[in-house]
Amino acid sequence: GLSLGKKGAVLRDPRDSECPVSKARACVLKLPHGAVNTPVFMPVGTQGTLKGVTVAQLEELGCQICLGNTYHLGMRPGPELIEKANGLHGFMNWKRNLLTDSGGFQMVSLVELSEVTEEGVMFRSPYDGREILLTPEQSIAIQNSLGSDIIMQLDDVVSSTVTGPRVEEAMRRSIRWLDRCAAANKNPHRQNLFAIIQGGLNAELRKACLDEMTKRDVPGFAIGGLSGGEEKDDFWKMVTLSTDHLPRGKPRYLMGVGYAVDLVVCVALGCDMFDCVFPTRTARFGSALVPWGSLQLKQKQYAKDFQPIDPECQCATCKRHSRAYLHALFKSDTAAMHHITVHNICYQLTLMRSVRDSIIEQRFPEFVRSFMKRMFPSSEQYPSWAEDALASVNITLD
Amino acid sequence: MSCRCVSRFLNYFQRGGMKLELSKVVQGCRLGVLIGIGKTGQHSLELPGCLLYTRCATVPHLTQDTLHTLTYLPAGAQVALDGLAEHHEVLEEFKEGVRKFAGLHDTALFCSLHDPATNCPTGHVTNKTVSVWGSGGRIEMTAARFIAMQAVIQPDCYQSMADGETWQTNTSRKRVHKAVNRTLAHLDECLTLHHKTPQLKHTEVFGVVEGGDILEERVRSARETAKRPVAGFVLDGFQSAAMEQELRGQLITAVTAELPVEKPRMLQGVGRPDEVIACVEAGVDLFEGFFPFQVTERGCALCFDYNVTPDPEAAALSPPTVLELNGERPAVEDPKQNDVGNTGTMTQFEINLKDIRYREDFRPLVEGCGCYCCKNHHRAYVHHLLVTSELLAGVLLMLHNTAHYLGFFRALREAISHERLQDFKTTVTKVDFGGRKQLH
Repeated sequence: GLSLGKKGAVLRDPRDSECPVSKARACVLKLPHGAVNTPVFMPVGTQGTLKGVTVAQLEELGCQICLGNTYHLGMRPGPELIEKANGLHGFMNWKRNLLTDSGGFQMVSLVELSEVTEEGVMFRSPYDGREILLTPEQSIAIQNSLGSDIIMQLDDVVSSTVTGPRVEEAMRRSIRWLDRCAAANKNPHRQNLFAIIQGGLNAELRKACLDEMTKRDVPGFAIGGLSGGEEKDDFWKMVTLSTDHLPRGKPRYLMGVGYAVDLVVCVALGCDMFDCVFPTRTARFGSALVPWGSLQLKQKQYAKDFQPIDPECQCATCKRHSRAYLHALFKSDTAAMHHITVHNICYQLTLMRSVRDSIIEQRFPEFVRSFMKRMFPSSEQYPSWAEDALASVNITLD
Repeated sequence: MSCRCVSRFLNYFQRGGMKLELSKVVQGCRLGVLIGIGKTGQHSLELPGCLLYTRCATVPHLTQDTLHTLTYLPAGAQVALDGLAEHHEVLEEFKEGVRKFAGLHDTALFCSLHDPATNCPTGHVTNKTVSVWGSGGRIEMTAARFIAMQAVIQPDCYQSMADGETWQTNTSRKRVHKAVNRTLAHLDECLTLHHKTPQLKHTEVFGVVEGGDILEERVRSARETAKRPVAGFVLDGFQSAAMEQELRGQLITAVTAELPVEKPRMLQGVGRPDEVIACVEAGVDLFEGFFPFQVTERGCALCFDYNVTPDPEAAALSPPTVLELNGERPAVEDPKQNDVGNTGTMTQFEINLKDIRYREDFRPLVEGCGCYCCKNHHRAYVHHLLVTSELLAGVLLMLHNTAHYLGFFRALREAISHERLQDFKTTVTKVDFGGRKQLH
């Protein structure tokens, strides 16, 4: 297991569940609201809810940890109210683990940015137009009110396509902000602050960031600044560089990654935790994820297709409903979206479980090979970046 | 075996399956059970009761597992041709009926012409056809097509094809007369075609009583329809939007007087609790269950009290009523002040959870309600979901509102059974405009 917080106990030595071929690991995180098996995919419940799915359904699916967004929840309903409701756990009645991000990413991606200074990020509220300054201290204060089990530092986020001195400036500032965040955390024993490694696509800068941040005694590390539109060839190299220099005994959280192929490859490169809105968002557009790609259920071709989305899937949707019915239901009722959301979460969690089992049973490379074979009609269609990345950790595809 | 058991036993083997067993009539209200519904006669519906409202055979917002967090589900559900007509070809290829197609639980299925929660455009009815409205637009059907649709849907019961447009516009006497005639003609044609359709061997037909707001036409329609071999009656054209309750009550009373006592009477388009009670008093047995859906769509939660203590002498010692516990005044003094858009006007039976007053309210929607929403969440959370336009709001509200509404029907049956109807009416309707009635 991996130790988190000063009181975290080691459940199982990570060396027992490491892939001897690649950098993949299978571990157990001990968190205040229960154990989390890794590798893990964390569904995103932005506003204190997972789009149409009840917490009972989420529990039933075996989800052990999910995400909430500090930016959204900080705006509505606000940290004071959530604190009165016994934290985000109490507010949404989720009994297992929660991870909250810092709010930084939303500000870059969603909001008209005024300015980033050493003090913090100044932005304009979309609800009343007021200027708001989010400092590292305030981000941590909000997350303390939310009471999430894992909290993220506020980082100075730059898009991975940005080059030049801004990248280094952001990286250096993120280190300083990490220290401010750690100092501001009121609950270090039950809220685990993760650092976020920055440095863009520049190996030197990333290495410098790794050197500095790993000097801090934080419970875990996120790999940030990636999955933002950069070339996949650059992406994987930064991931593997990061995991090469992160301590073995602490979890590695790769932010914003959720496509099946990306998950499998990045597990091979040594990542333990992932989050992404993709599976739940795409569900609402009628896109059902399957081991061989995805089904666009709103398309006419499914109108008379009476088999389930995936005959082998054990989710409630697949046990009861056909593609044809879901296709029809999309014209009438929102429940169609919920059915697909449930299925897609099941797909993601099942994938991670299979990955984990294969690592524990020392057959991860074979798993990767059969996964890729199922996903792509022929080996010519394997993405070259994935082949390169896997080859770099000694996994060759046919 | 008791007499009742024997009759049930015999009924099981009768092909004219559906049968109404009346146990009591109190102040015009009929209490009983509709038995023998379904292919093997396995379903029975307690009356007065309501059908579970569905869109395309799904209860709105709810997957099957969330639906089944509800402990009491009515034994019957409703589908409408508005939602199903466009899937004719698919159902034809599927062959096994809409219940199986939808993965719906084992429930009796009633098929109506129109979706009670949707306003359909009018003016498309002809002598030979009616129209329904799917996601792609208007679908016209003759009696032949209508029956063909029923054959692929395979409900346990359906209403015959009818001309019911008299309620949507101010209609002349002549038009009403024509609607009654057409509906009878459609019924005769449907019955003929029905008996030639093997897939409908175990399916019952309800005749539809029309007549607008004209007493003579209503009586004529009722008498004529009653002459046909139908299993029950649908009362059309009395929709809430169309008619004041007083007139509705009078006309329904006149209609039911013409109908055989031993056959069920279903009323379309009426769902408000006070109107339901009044219509039960006028002789109605079965209602469409769309009201909880409408309440959900306007972001509201049903909260009206329907608990009447069984022993009047224990009333002084009884626990406070639901609303008293909540320490609440009605959220609506005058419902006209609270028009919540095109999802209908809010009633005195509900609270508007979007209201800022619920932002920090950590109580359940209704204290003592056993539904999933009330057991797991509080008003502040549902308020938040509504304010942030989150899909879960619809799920939770649909669960609560359905549970509350079904509880109301259970309590209504109990009130009739215990002959406490007056107290029940006072309890349910006492949240009044202008605060004339006191909460005691």
